[in-house]
Amino acid sequence: MSVITAPVPVARLGPAAKHRSRALRNGLATSAIVLSFVVVLVPLALLIGYVVSRGWHLFGYAFLTKEIPTQITPGPGMGPAVYGTLLITGAATAMAVPLGVLGGIYLSEYGRGGLIARVLRFFAEIMTGVPSIVMGLFIYTAVVLHTKNLNAFAGALALGCLMLPIIIRTTDEMLRLVPAELREGSVALGSRQARTIMRIVLPAAAPGIVSGALLAVARAAGETAPLLFVLSPVYKTNHSLFHGGNTALSVQIFNNASSPYAASQQRAWAAALTLIGIVFIFTVVARIFTAVYSRRSTAA
Amino acid sequence: MVADSPSLDSAPVARLTDGHRPPGRIVDFVFRSVAMLAGFSVLIILGLIAFSTTHTAWPAFSKEGIHFFTSTTWDVPKAKFGALAFIYGTLVVSAIALVFAVPVSIGLALFITEIAPRRLRRWIVTVIDLLASVPSVVYGLWGLLVMAPAFTGFYRDISSTFRHVPVLNTVFTGRPLSGVNFVTAGLIVALMITPIITSITREVFATVPGAQKEAAVALGATRWEMIRGAVFPHSRSGIVGAVLIGLGRAMGETIAVALLIGSSTALTGRLFSPGDTMASVIANQFGESNDVYRAALIGLGVALFIITIIIGVIARGFVARVERRGAGV
Repeated sequence: MSVITAPVPVARLGPAAKHRSRALRNGLATSAIVLSFVVVLVPLALLIGYVVSRGWHLFGYAFLTKEIPTQITPGPGMGPAVYGTLLITGAATAMAVPLGVLGGIYLSEYGRGGLIARVLRFFAEIMTGVPSIVMGLFIYTAVVLHTKNLNAFAGALALGCLMLPIIIRTTDEMLRLVPAELREGSVALGSRQARTIMRIVLPAAAPGIVSGALLAVARAAGETAPLLFVLSPVYKTNHSLFHGGNTALSVQIFNNASSPYAASQQRAWAAALTLIGIVFIFTVVARIFTAVYSRRSTAA
Repeated sequence: MVADSPSLDSAPVARLTDGHRPPGRIVDFVFRSVAMLAGFSVLIILGLIAFSTTHTAWPAFSKEGIHFFTSTTWDVPKAKFGALAFIYGTLVVSAIALVFAVPVSIGLALFITEIAPRRLRRWIVTVIDLLASVPSVVYGLWGLLVMAPAFTGFYRDISSTFRHVPVLNTVFTGRPLSGVNFVTAGLIVALMITPIITSITREVFATVPGAQKEAAVALGATRWEMIRGAVFPHSRSGIVGAVLIGLGRAMGETIAVALLIGSSTALTGRLFSPGDTMASVIANQFGESNDVYRAALIGLGVALFIITIIIGVIARGFVARVERRGAGV
């Protein structure tokens, strides 16, 4: 699709032809623009169609709970990976959300437009662009090499590092939307800044922050690369965060996708369906929070 | 604005007046310090990433020196670690991804801002969000088991079409010609970076003053002429920024590429051949590595980290320029 073309030929044509050629260009450009939407829609529809059609007959309660069978054994079983994904993502959320919200509070309520806040905001944006595999290498070199322990907690640290800048940025943005009158009112009634923030400002921005956090969780739950070096394969559910290896849906999909056995590939499709399901649920709930928030702020 | 929220109505205010005095300055100070530490955690983590990975990768850097970046010999048994072929592979895959993703993203952003009816807009944005939320590994699974087999014949056709054309007959072929190659990986990465480029471009287009667009239409411009005359000139640096952010994402994309590029350490100009990128090598070879080998893989991670940070800084500069101008209008 050509973006910019020289307008020279238009000038050389007579009025009627000129008008026709301009209309033609406009029509071509408009159809190219509409086409770009179709170009994106088709592969997305195909992808979701394949995941659902190839994954659904293995998917079910047994698939979500049973142990993972050997590569060549057909049948369900992804229980340890479902548990691992929830455990690792949950632990990552428990670490990244409080830290990220506090960081966002600092940027919005203390740093404001000052130099320090601007620098930190800038680096938070840069950090969202750091490849996820680098986060995995970081936790491997900084934690796993010293503890000599591949466990769910190491995976949670890696995912937490990915979530942190996203949560800091959303919290900062949402808090800055809170009207200054609320803060002034609270301070005028004699409450200190910490109390004003925790009791007045934060609750007012809560739906937006929750929505941002859920989107960060959705992104983390689907990540594979940071988990590759910090988890060790297990085939039975490991409930412990700190003791022993663990696995995750994403890692299982990665390993089974390149397996030559049909049984493993089947489980990869069903695991992909499960993972997409988890990610979409978080995304949809986040959207509901956003919708509630925007309705509330436009109502007044 | 948020006055009807139950959490604000009565509870906090009532408690302030019931004789319960705030514990004072210490609480404020502690809270502020903890928040500040949390704010600085981003800088601390970035610093730790740089230090920890470089430190662990050092044996490989000191052994290979500049050859780490200039040599194409990646020979594990002989302990030779030259990463040029992977740097090249990263650039090729990113370039293919950008060639497809940039026009489509700009088209999508124009579709949303200029053409789609208001009611449809939210649905289109949802579709793009959906595209962004599909995990990388699922793209990889679909690409490997569905797209690559389906495209192999197509690649073969292109290859035989250009069989007698000089230059093109070495570019559009493969040795071996396989379904998993630079192009397959690049196409999937294009799909994955389209949402981020679209959303930034869309924000940039939204900063174009409505008065300028209306003026163009009032002067008799068609929609396309309005876009060329009013929207593009105003958005040029923002689009460059969006493309750079997409480039950064493409270079760091790991799992889908690791599944779709076919793993080959040879440096080749044949686009339908298997290859490797920096990120995919780390993912595919880390498990079997040890000692200097592992240090070399971590060294690739260090290089990737530095490159993506540099691209990110430049990209933010471009986007920030638009934001400043947008705020000034």
